[in-house]
Amino acid sequence: MASAIPPGDPAVPQGPRPRRAFSARNITLYGALVLIAAYYALPLYVMIVTSLKTMPEIRLGNIFSPPVQITFQPWIKAWAEACTGLNCDGLSRGFWNSVRITVPSVAISIAIASINGYALSLWRFRGSEMFFGILVFGAFIPYQVLIYPIVILLRDIGLYGTLWGLIIVHSIFGMPILTLLFRNYFGSIPEELFKAARVDGAGFWGIFFRVMLPMSLPIVVVAMILQVTGIWNDFLFGVIYTKPDLYPMTVQLNNIVNSVQGVKEYNVNMAATLLTGLVPLIVYFVSGKLFVRGIAAGAVKG
Amino acid sequence: MTSVLVKDLTLKFGALTVLNTLNLDIAEGEFLVLLGASGCGKSTLLNCIAGLLDVSAGEIHIAGRNVTWAEPSERGIGMVFQSYALYPQMTVEGNLSFGLRNARMPKDEIAKRVARAAEVLQIGPLLKRKPGALSGGQRQRVAIGRALVRDVDVFLFDEPLSNLDAKLRADLRVEIKRLHHRLKNTMIYVTHDQIEAMTLADRIAIMKGGVIQQLDSPTEIYNRPQNKYVAGFIGSPEINFFDGALAGDGFATGGTLLPLTNYAFQGAPGAGPAWYGIRPEHILSGEVARGLPFATEVEIEIVEPMGSDTLAWATLAGIPVRFRMDGQARVQSGDRLLIGFDPARASLFDKTTEKRL
Amino acid sequence: MPETQRPSQLLRNLNAKVASVPMILTAMFVFVGGTLWTVLYSFTDSKLLPRLHFVGLSQYDRLWSTARWIVSIENLAIYGVLSLVFSLVIGFVLAALLDQKIRFENVFRTIFLYPFALSFIVTGLVWQWILNPDFGVQHIIRGLGFSKFVFDPLYNQEIVIYGVLIAGLWQGTGLIMCLMLAGLRGIDEEIWKAARVDGIPMWKTYIFIIIPMMRPVFITTLVIIASGIVKLYDLIVAQTGGGPGISSEVPAKYVYDFMFRAQNLGQGFAASTMMLLAVAIVIIPWAYLEFGGKKRG
Repeated sequence: MASAIPPGDPAVPQGPRPRRAFSARNITLYGALVLIAAYYALPLYVMIVTSLKTMPEIRLGNIFSPPVQITFQPWIKAWAEACTGLNCDGLSRGFWNSVRITVPSVAISIAIASINGYALSLWRFRGSEMFFGILVFGAFIPYQVLIYPIVILLRDIGLYGTLWGLIIVHSIFGMPILTLLFRNYFGSIPEELFKAARVDGAGFWGIFFRVMLPMSLPIVVVAMILQVTGIWNDFLFGVIYTKPDLYPMTVQLNNIVNSVQGVKEYNVNMAATLLTGLVPLIVYFVSGKLFVRGIAAGAVKG
Repeated sequence: MTSVLVKDLTLKFGALTVLNTLNLDIAEGEFLVLLGASGCGKSTLLNCIAGLLDVSAGEIHIAGRNVTWAEPSERGIGMVFQSYALYPQMTVEGNLSFGLRNARMPKDEIAKRVARAAEVLQIGPLLKRKPGALSGGQRQRVAIGRALVRDVDVFLFDEPLSNLDAKLRADLRVEIKRLHHRLKNTMIYVTHDQIEAMTLADRIAIMKGGVIQQLDSPTEIYNRPQNKYVAGFIGSPEINFFDGALAGDGFATGGTLLPLTNYAFQGAPGAGPAWYGIRPEHILSGEVARGLPFATEVEIEIVEPMGSDTLAWATLAGIPVRFRMDGQARVQSGDRLLIGFDPARASLFDKTTEKRL
Repeated sequence: MPETQRPSQLLRNLNAKVASVPMILTAMFVFVGGTLWTVLYSFTDSKLLPRLHFVGLSQYDRLWSTARWIVSIENLAIYGVLSLVFSLVIGFVLAALLDQKIRFENVFRTIFLYPFALSFIVTGLVWQWILNPDFGVQHIIRGLGFSKFVFDPLYNQEIVIYGVLIAGLWQGTGLIMCLMLAGLRGIDEEIWKAARVDGIPMWKTYIFIIIPMMRPVFITTLVIIASGIVKLYDLIVAQTGGGPGISSEVPAKYVYDFMFRAQNLGQGFAASTMMLLAVAIVIIPWAYLEFGGKKRG
């Protein structure tokens, strides 16, 4: 057979099909991906280099060039010295406010939502689906519609302008999506497990704490990622329901950068912006796939 | 003595009636199998007995006590599920003892019972493992153990072997039978697998549409199905049905007269349209067929060798008929062969009521 | 042993009912109650404090004759339509690129998605800096010799909303990509095999087979983008402050400013009711298609 092929002919097709790493298709594909990735990465890069430059260098150079002389002064100033209104103690105040808001809000909203989701998927009662339906539709109501009634509500219970007021607001607005998340999760657990626990004599709380909750670590982590980034990044509720010395970091950041007084210090602004974005960015880079799962679960089912 | 009594049980989901005034009386120590296709209400009935579903009407008594409104854990039942339903984050020991701990039983008593269950089911070495580290068969043993430690009157099995592969299913089937011999508890067992039902049951209840079609011993159900549905459901390969009419002392179908010699009618023989059923294994072939009340020569159309036996297809009275031959039979399609049967083995059903004649 | 009593209907499942109290309160008091309250007070002349003095539709009359509101609506319409189209297209293209069994998929996905972890405030401030004509893109391109080059969206009333759109897309397309990618991964591998055996080119397979199969994903994505658009507020505050002038105002900011700055609650309520109406027009048909059919089915 082989002798029938004239010399110089391409090889007989046999064995693995030849593949070239630099085919036209691959070059286009990876070229496009790298270009797009550069576009997405650019702002982060600009933030970092700008925050490490001195003001004279910023005025002379271009925003994409790396710093000639690296300085950490803007970071120190942004964290501890930048002025917002009356205070000049930098973003550190906003950072600690945000921590004091985020931690209890995340804990409370997850506690409530997990119990809701559990009751809704395994202990339905007359009307429970209706309340859940209202809750889910509530997620679509523009916040602006509910802002003022909640101001009145909080004022009546004396929590308007306090951190606890804001924590309640975050728990309320986190409830629809988290309840949905937990309801779907508990709904996906085989019902027979629940039946087995009932035959074993466990009640509502017994099944929740001893059977269901220990199984729901993955979804709790997803909910935490969702809530930490969501609450940390909130601006609207922070500005409405707290007072200036209790402002969360985002509000304080906006006040620092967009204040009309004084000379604009772009390096300090970018350092402050990075500092504010740091917590969600760390959560994002550390959690990796879980973050994707969280937003996909939160979004698709929403 | 009665162990489980179900009286006029009705269950409705909205407008849908799943169980309709159902009655069932299960003796102490009896192994009762609820058999039926999916959606026939067998699992629903079991869940009602367990107290996992609230009934719409009727009563349920277990061990002489009316438990219609009692919590599942107060009914004196243990339950084994199809998906095993083991608590994934607890060890095997934790799974076995969870119910006892909920009942606030003293620690040494719990230990004693867990040890006994582990011994009976031979899962002692697995006690410290989590369910995720067990094989399917081991998981199902643990699930049975969870029912065992509760030391109850009645065991409920909800398709416990359906998630296992064929070989394990056969092994565990024997083991459940052995367990029943040893413990002598009342057992109610739901399955859609007729082999499981036939091999395990003292009595089988065949269900369809929320109604028990026939409640009898496996042999009675196999030999004297009370209606056409039961006859068709039990037996594999399926029974052959001829559509025709009773005509004097024979059955006229497709231009052929099938004899009724030796057939034991339930009541008066009657007349009119009917079904004539004969199981593939009751159709004999070759020389043995010659002396039977009915015998005829047919041409073999398709042969399905299955090792232990061979299934052959031929046309009889105008319809395709299957019959079982020896596994070693050397036949090919196109061969001509004598087949025959004894009508004593047949079943006749009324055309309209589909009840046994 | 005494027979167990049938539990009363109210006490049945009592624990579940008690545990659901926060949910019931939130659903009924905050979501239903709050909405009704705002709609009701939008018909009053509330100024600094809410009061029930009805003035009919006059708040709405005033709203629709206010230039700032009209600008806000126009901006939202432009931003909304463009952001919908671009998000879907970019998100799908990115997902399709990542779905080519490429190497470093995780790296690329991480880069495309990280902006979504950042707040709109951070997003707005970064892009404010990059689009700054004296230092950013315009400055650099002029430095390359194109001294007449103009790119100052944040300082030009005509195009400021497109400057915001760039930032918004940068922040949000990663999410859409993720949803689309999940949708693509959910499609049976055998569809691709069948298309390959039939000799259908890849682009045709995407357009005529894959995209129609992903209809549900597209619809949910559409709803997510749409409900996000109405909330557009933080980005504007950080990036442009509504300026120059009123050229990048949006409804959400209109509401906030009238409620908490101009002390004209009635206007704020009327404007927010209009927003609710807009959302309802999108959500109700979707919910009807999505859930209405199933319940009857």
